[in-house]
Amino acid sequence: MTELLEPRAMGRDLVRRDGVRKVRGTATYAFETPVESPAFCHPLQATVARGRITAVDTTAAEALDGVLAVVTHENAERLASTDDAELAVLQSPEVAFRGQPIGVVVAETSELARQAADLVRVTYDEQPHDSVLSADRGDLYAPEKVNPGYDTDTVQGDVDAELAASAVRVEQTYATAMVHNNPLEPHASTALWDAADGGKLTLWDSTQGVHPDRKAVCSLFGLDLERVQVVCPYVGGGFGSKGTPHANVVLVAMAARALPGRAVKLALTRQQMFTMAGYRTPTIQRMQLGADRDGRIRALALDVVEQTSRIKEFAEQTGVPARMMYTAAARRTTHRLAALDVPVPSWFRAPGECPGMFGPEVAMDELAHALGMDPVELRIRNEPDRDPETGQPWSSRHLVECLREGAERFGWAGRDPRPGVRREDGWLVGTGMASSVYPTMRQAQSTATVRFEDGRYVVEIGAADLGTGAWTVLPQIAADALDADVDDVEVRIGDTRYPIASVAGGSSGTNTWGSAIVEAARQFRGKFGRRPEDGDEAQGSVDQAATDDEHATYAFGAQFVEARVHADTGEVRVPRLLGVFACGRIVNPRTARSQFIGGMTMGLSMALHENSAWDARIGQVANHDLAEYHVTVNADVGDVQAHWIDEHDPYVNAMGIKGIGEIGIVGTAAAVVNAVFHATGVRVRHLPVTLDKILPGLP
Amino acid sequence: MKPFAYARPSDVAEAVREVAAEPNAVFLGGGTNLVDHLKLGVARPDLVVDVRTLTSREITDTGDGGLLVGAAVSNSELAADRRVRERWPVLTQALLAGANGQLRNLATVGGNPLQRTRCVYFQDVTTACNKRAPGSGCSAIGGYTRYHAILGASEQCIATHPSDMAVALTALDAVVHTEGPRGARTIPFGELHRLPGDDPSRDTVLEHGELVTAVELPPLEMARRSTYRKVRDRASYAFALVSVAAAVDLADDGTVRDARVALGGVAHTPWRATRAEEVLRGRRLTDDTARAAAEAELADAVPQPGIDGGNAFKVPLVARTLTAALRILTGREG
Repeated sequence: MTELLEPRAMGRDLVRRDGVRKVRGTATYAFETPVESPAFCHPLQATVARGRITAVDTTAAEALDGVLAVVTHENAERLASTDDAELAVLQSPEVAFRGQPIGVVVAETSELARQAADLVRVTYDEQPHDSVLSADRGDLYAPEKVNPGYDTDTVQGDVDAELAASAVRVEQTYATAMVHNNPLEPHASTALWDAADGGKLTLWDSTQGVHPDRKAVCSLFGLDLERVQVVCPYVGGGFGSKGTPHANVVLVAMAARALPGRAVKLALTRQQMFTMAGYRTPTIQRMQLGADRDGRIRALALDVVEQTSRIKEFAEQTGVPARMMYTAAARRTTHRLAALDVPVPSWFRAPGECPGMFGPEVAMDELAHALGMDPVELRIRNEPDRDPETGQPWSSRHLVECLREGAERFGWAGRDPRPGVRREDGWLVGTGMASSVYPTMRQAQSTATVRFEDGRYVVEIGAADLGTGAWTVLPQIAADALDADVDDVEVRIGDTRYPIASVAGGSSGTNTWGSAIVEAARQFRGKFGRRPEDGDEAQGSVDQAATDDEHATYAFGAQFVEARVHADTGEVRVPRLLGVFACGRIVNPRTARSQFIGGMTMGLSMALHENSAWDARIGQVANHDLAEYHVTVNADVGDVQAHWIDEHDPYVNAMGIKGIGEIGIVGTAAAVVNAVFHATGVRVRHLPVTLDKILPGLP
Repeated sequence: MKPFAYARPSDVAEAVREVAAEPNAVFLGGGTNLVDHLKLGVARPDLVVDVRTLTSREITDTGDGGLLVGAAVSNSELAADRRVRERWPVLTQALLAGANGQLRNLATVGGNPLQRTRCVYFQDVTTACNKRAPGSGCSAIGGYTRYHAILGASEQCIATHPSDMAVALTALDAVVHTEGPRGARTIPFGELHRLPGDDPSRDTVLEHGELVTAVELPPLEMARRSTYRKVRDRASYAFALVSVAAAVDLADDGTVRDARVALGGVAHTPWRATRAEEVLRGRRLTDDTARAAAEAELADAVPQPGIDGGNAFKVPLVARTLTAALRILTGREG
């Protein structure tokens, strides 16, 4: 247990420190970095899904006036490390998926680079490819671990026996779609290789972590850490896709090294975002729930089938939240993968929890319906007093409070459970709900420096602000840790010049960096007291993943949805989304609300719209632009409300905070599906809920 | 992007001459479709002739209750015109159902109906497409067909025309005014677009160098009772899965004296539903009538199998959307 900081700056809805710069357009993003006469890159991509390059003809491209370099596997530098096959680009003629980078053109203008790329002729020895995911494949395998290190399978008790003894059973298969992150700012970089003095690479990169980015680049190119600087003050959205470097970073660094002294720029096109920037695997979720008549769960099993790429494994931890969410006498979770000729999947908006709270939360709704029980009550009835997986006590768990407050605010009481019986002006109306959860995680390494400078406290840490609010909330934490006025605190982030900080991922950033800042502040006050002198400086670090390993630490939430389905056309509208969350102390209500409603909106998008239509004949996403790959737009979003309960958790960290970046998306899609069922009587188990799936069930 | 020459002639005649003289030349209007295609490498012209300032930006009364709309009038301007809103509400609704505010400010009445048919494979130069590369094959057949045709397609091409405005103009019997190398002519709107047949590379009957100068809206009293019902995969900013432009002339007893119906999202052209109109005439407007009309129109429909279940859902969806549209016109629930 830690002694919680007294919140004075924390808890205030201070405006974003970077807001004005962003609104005025003076915040500089990676591609816009002002450099002298930059050159521009355009990647070359494989047009076969599997095979071997037999020839590359760059003559016509190189003949264009203004083309500076055409780098392919034939002339690219050999990387120092090829352990990560996604990043080991241009190292061999092998092609592992359609769209894989096979070269990069560098030219005086981006238009010219693109024109030259069109002129490069590549011939292949094309081989048969296989990219169809199904639960029936004979080659499914169990990965050693699932992201980021969870057990692949778990078993507690005798699921089959408990299922057989259950009065009511739900046994269904659910599926979530392949989905691609499309931050407004695509993956983009400016890179400069200064050949003098042994060579130094400066990389302005859009990344969720300058230090992890630098480490990866150094490892790939065999460079010492001090020879690479990564700079990233602002990120136009990441959502996990910028949590690890992708091939574009390797290409731009190669291009820079091919043109010493000349800055080069590379931004992925929207279409390239569908092959190079990671994505969420489609998931197939076989769910079994068995319960007594009174709603107590006896058996809970979730068997997940997903894909990864043939060249690099990413195993989404979809089955993990089912291990701890509800009580069950017996429980099983499994993950099986198919390694396919597909681009490499990666982190995407709450990996694991987000898809993993779809099947189970829809199944809970189906169970409630089968039992004739209110779905809120069913969840309350299966509330565990300890973590069912580990037996640990909760550091805090206020799911029931979220459910009750959400039901109250939404107007759930008196809900007629019958599906398909409410019609208003041609629209069928229904409501639904689901629970949310997200683990409270801290990364094992971050350091902050506190320095007294010109009467102010300067805090430096190589953290990242993805647009989520780090520029604003870290000063609030530092102010309280130093017992200083927040206006007297300046925080500097987004540069490897500042001390090491962990990736902004797993909703762990504020927790981890904040903990380092608190420690640095303690060191500072311990050394210099309350009257420091100019230049006084102290560091503090986080060097373990948790302050407390005796408790299960999670944030919880409940989401309520009103859905309307047009009785003729099956169009779905969601006029109301309401979430209540229990996430420890909220550092800044303004940025927090923005994160919650952003997450919920992404959940709506997952529920109704997002779907990468995979064309297995050619091995690519057919609808690979934002005209065809639909994300929720303003007109789809009605009244979205995020509320939170005042949660005191003395175990998580000195700030008493849990992560809030991802929980908003968890459970939303299930709540939408459940509301659509209540409206129409049609249960859609495969996302997204498009009208073609509803029409056959409408009168 | 392939480099091209850019010309800005001073009048229509010169623009026509310049494009006619260069086999690989194109007109540039609002650019909302062409500029995308230039970037994607789908359009690879040698010469781009900018006509945005050459044709009229006026909407004038023709004296018989109709309007003559200059080709350079923007979609936004046309949608906002009081006469259009009152006398042809289906057109305003169709315009506002398309794209977004920024695009509608750029898009022109002359250019919007001439946007290319839409297909993810047409837009991806790494895939086979008979429209883009004649003879290379059709990647859409058996592929991602959600937005593709169920009527009038060929083995060469199953793409659909994406313009919402064009669906309304088809229902309204609009007339296209053009100037070309062989002089001026008028083309009934319903004859402007063509089915793919053996030559999907051509979307319209316009000759090379023929420029749309105006679109004429003839008087149509029944259009005061008209509507555009668009069904799409999200609430805004998406192409139609299916759309219906409909106008009816109802007798006092509710019998349909006359009707105009056109469909979007179902064919290589905006689809005038003459069979449906025939069924509607003389009947009372009920849901059953609407279904019968749709069934008559879709008697020859051929759904396309494909990814995520293909597009067979469009057959019932047309009937349901027509039902919904006709309900709106009779003041029943929407």
